Amino acid sequence: MTEDPVTPSQEGSGSRMGARAASAIGRSRTVRFALIAAALVAGPLLGILLITKIGPAILWLESPDSGPFWLSLRVALIATALAGTAGLGAGYLLAKKRFPGRDLLEAIGSVPIILPPTVLGYYLLQLLGDGNFAGRALTRLIGRPIVFTVTGCVVAASIAAFPFCMRAARAAIEGVDPRLEQAARAMGLPAWRVALQVTVPLARRGIAAGVTLGGMRALGEYGATLMVGGNIPGSTRTMSLAVADARSTSETHTLVLILVCMALAALAVISRLGRSRRTA
Amino acid sequence: MSAAVEVDVAHRLGEFELAVAFTVQSGIAVRFGPSGSGKSMTLALIAGLLRPDSGTIAIGGRVVVDRSRGIDVSTQQRRIGMVFQDGLLLPHRTVLDNVALAVRQLSKRRERRAVARDWLERVGAAELADRRPGSLSGGQRQRVALARGLAGEPALLLLDEPLSALDLGVRRELRALIRDVIAATGVPSLLVTHDAEEAQELGDVVIEYAYGTIAGTHSVEHPPPRPPEAEVEVEAETESETEAAPTPPAHEADA
Repeated sequence: MTEDPVTPSQEGSGSRMGARAASAIGRSRTVRFALIAAALVAGPLLGILLITKIGPAILWLESPDSGPFWLSLRVALIATALAGTAGLGAGYLLAKKRFPGRDLLEAIGSVPIILPPTVLGYYLLQLLGDGNFAGRALTRLIGRPIVFTVTGCVVAASIAAFPFCMRAARAAIEGVDPRLEQAARAMGLPAWRVALQVTVPLARRGIAAGVTLGGMRALGEYGATLMVGGNIPGSTRTMSLAVADARSTSETHTLVLILVCMALAALAVISRLGRSRRTA
Repeated sequence: MSAAVEVDVAHRLGEFELAVAFTVQSGIAVRFGPSGSGKSMTLALIAGLLRPDSGTIAIGGRVVVDRSRGIDVSTQQRRIGMVFQDGLLLPHRTVLDNVALAVRQLSKRRERRAVARDWLERVGAAELADRRPGSLSGGQRQRVALARGLAGEPALLLLDEPLSALDLGVRRELRALIRDVIAATGVPSLLVTHDAEEAQELGDVVIEYAYGTIAGTHSVEHPPPRPPEAEVEVEAETESETEAAPTPPAHEADA
């Protein structure tokens, strides 16, 4: 949490206190988004606190049991960054440009939503594995194997998250008043600055909601991660995979609670992004 | 010296056909006519927000559109300033940012902001610098929009019904402001309005639009000492007084 003299009673009560503090501080966007981000991290930590108390929680975080948690966090963060960036780019192109292959981009970009995750994983395995020219070429390019490694998990999670980011970005960008973009052009702003300083900021809520959704999809990715990552304990076993494997141990309960808390935090973020749409 | 703007274009949009040709040397040229007569379309064509089916446009002697030669300079490169009816300030930036972003002749942020502050001062909106456009009144918004339009040292200022969304009292105030600020800077300007009084008071030249064409052009004499135009002035003053009395908050909020 940020240091904030105005709200001494802040710790322990997540995003609602954060939001109140933000409005008290004075409508600063940076502060508000920092608090939302902090809430995303605070959610799962709070979950750990609740079941194990602080001391054991720290022990747990340092023990091998928390391996899936750290792995999932790492994989989901990298995948969200990748899918968010690519999804924003693709969404922008779909919303603004007419080019050959546009329909194809939209269709392919949406496939991961429609295809069963295991089928997606099967194709990824075929494509990226050693038995295939593309897979061997990619492996050589990256310099390390993709399938049955953390890289494979990141690839699977990124692809699963991508459609949500792309579709939300597209819808949000299409919702920006084109006359504001015209006004910006008349001000002399070059096209790239209109895109980065007008269009994307005005669409930021929709984009952020899509990225949050995609991030949760990446965190919960199961089928494709199982196929491509291989579910190797201590190496590529993410939280979702670990939950499925060990059905009723206390470790499972911890992981389930963490996932539920993160989901609730994400839900709060998304509903907040959707609700307070002002004169944007 | 080359003309501020030379236009000879034809454009068709659905059923509507626009064919206009005119030259503006300097001062404020008002496009006056009923809505749907193609005034705003003319501005959009000059600004490059629309591309004419045929014809040429030159701003300050520089050809920005020549369909037969395939010339079509982008809006960004036309060195225009634009004031829209509802301001169209960028809602996610402060008033100062809105003006500073338009200061295209300078590259350093500090210098741009300093110029922007000057312009806000000149339109009487200096104290609004840190506000967001969403919190401004209509009159304040148009003051800022005027500052933004002029801050980029445009070769031509386009004003598209800049006062039409405002209350009568505020409209009078801003009419005087627009006249004074444009006169002080000497920027050639094209102003679109459907308000006869506004056309008469602001325009050095009034170009009257009928459906898709120019119906007539006449110049307006504005003798430097204003009193000789006694009839107009007296009328305006008495009206603004009766107007001002019941609605003082509008004026205060605007200042």
